[in-house]
Amino acid sequence: MKFMILIKADKNSEAGVIPDERLLTEMGKFNEELVKAGVMLAGEGLHPSSKGARVRFSGSKRTVMDGPFTEVKELIAGFWMWEVKSREEAIEWVKRIPNPMGMESEVEIRQVFTADDFGPALTPELRAQEDRLRAETTQRLNNRS
Amino acid sequence: MTASETHRAINAVWRIESARLIAGLTRIVRDVGLAEELAQDALVAALEQWPESGTPDNPGAWLMATAKHRAIDVLRRGRRLEHKHEELGHEIELRRELSAPDLDAAIDDDMGDDLLRLVFISCHPVLSTEARVALTLRLLGGLTTEEIARAFLVPEPTIAQRIVRAKRTLAKERVPFEVPRGAELDARLSSVLEVLYLVFNEGYSATAGDDWVRPGLCEDALRLGRILAELVPKEPEVHGLVALMEIQASRLRARVGPSGEPILLLAQSRARWDQLLIRRGLAALERAEALGGAPGPYALQAALAACHARARTPEETDWARIAALYEVLAQVMPSPIVELNRAVALSMAFGPAVGLELVDALTSEPSLKGYHFLPSVRGDLLGKLGRFEEARAEFERAAALTRNAREREMLLERAAECARLSLRPSH
Repeated sequence: MKFMILIKADKNSEAGVIPDERLLTEMGKFNEELVKAGVMLAGEGLHPSSKGARVRFSGSKRTVMDGPFTEVKELIAGFWMWEVKSREEAIEWVKRIPNPMGMESEVEIRQVFTADDFGPALTPELRAQEDRLRAETTQRLNNRS
Repeated sequence: MTASETHRAINAVWRIESARLIAGLTRIVRDVGLAEELAQDALVAALEQWPESGTPDNPGAWLMATAKHRAIDVLRRGRRLEHKHEELGHEIELRRELSAPDLDAAIDDDMGDDLLRLVFISCHPVLSTEARVALTLRLLGGLTTEEIARAFLVPEPTIAQRIVRAKRTLAKERVPFEVPRGAELDARLSSVLEVLYLVFNEGYSATAGDDWVRPGLCEDALRLGRILAELVPKEPEVHGLVALMEIQASRLRARVGPSGEPILLLAQSRARWDQLLIRRGLAALERAEALGGAPGPYALQAALAACHARARTPEETDWARIAALYEVLAQVMPSPIVELNRAVALSMAFGPAVGLELVDALTSEPSLKGYHFLPSVRGDLLGKLGRFEEARAEFERAAALTRNAREREMLLERAAECARLSLRPSH
């Protein structure tokens, strides 16, 4: 099963402070371990929210808000995509994420949905619609690249 | 943490650590069976102690240290008196390792090598293919006997016995715990790749049972493939196999319909293909190609899978390239099945009549006698040529040959459709 591991932002990540060498080295080692264990599918770090934006939806209205955003604890600074056997295995790996500076932080573990998780609620019609949407997105992305 | 939570956590640690643990212990005690016992003893110790003491900071190192202490006890008891000298040597080595100032580092250094040795011994040619599969999943995949039995729809005692016998054979034949070198490496590596692909395929299109796919097995094979690719990064065929499995796995959720029926490649909704796995597959293929040399069978099959992955719609498929790749594949790995696939590609590129000519030539091939894909392809081509009555007979023959219930249903449906079409007044 696939899990998305969400690294929460903190003051430093939001200030755009590049992690110090020690943390980078240890993270590099950890990432290597994930790859060697066949667990790592993808992973990226994110720029601070000051470089991001939000779009608020209200009925047919769309309001664009530029970053930065204030509620630091709710923000994401990076993510991994892992494939593991169980939720417990994901937790076990997360416990091994290095924290050399002894910082206070939180990492969130979320299982990735697959269409099958919806069970019968996802009728063939809905599934077809979802597929169409995905196809269009892929098409658009491909046209852009 | 409740006791059951601790249990689950310990199982997860086992999943992560068991292969390295068993590998490291096999190097010391020179017996996979004994190594696995020692590793499991350490796990039992963890089950007893961790709920009270809490999970140690480095669970892997804890398990290894515990198992090594047990190994000393066992060796000292002189479990196998006939190798006294050897054992004394092991004990000295063990003592040295246990007194190493940095236990973690000592374990880390050799771990990759040990793991690779364990891969090779689990897939050793003295073992039957079935035994290699069971041992690989058990020792490297960390699966329980019960999980393996369930995955292969075989009674649990059968698998248990298969594993016991395999370990006994390895001990009896005194199979060395080593990474083969030179010319032997190629042959041994291809045995490893074969085992992984077999596991993957059993998950991808189950040869028996009611389910068309069993994604759990695909994930196990992929994980082992990804691990192997990092252990022997300079072997192009390993990356070729990983690429092939990543790209095929990207279609897993697209190849099963809402009621569990199989959906064939060209009818699949490409929106349901997993783009992340496709990207990983294409990257692995690039790694294989960057290493140079003539592409091997796995890299070629991955290149074939990549042709489909790159096409946004079925119409965009480069069938001429696919047919050409099959031609190269037929030279590297001559097989009537490759020929059959080439026939399909040719028919897509140049029309059903061209493909049918090649398929007809294959009908006398003895090795394809019981292979359901042959009549199924022939039925498809005949149908495209409007020869519905002959097509129906072929689909029915294919349905009678397949052992997969879902596939049988699909083939019978196609036969029925052909029957309907053949009744229509000709135009």
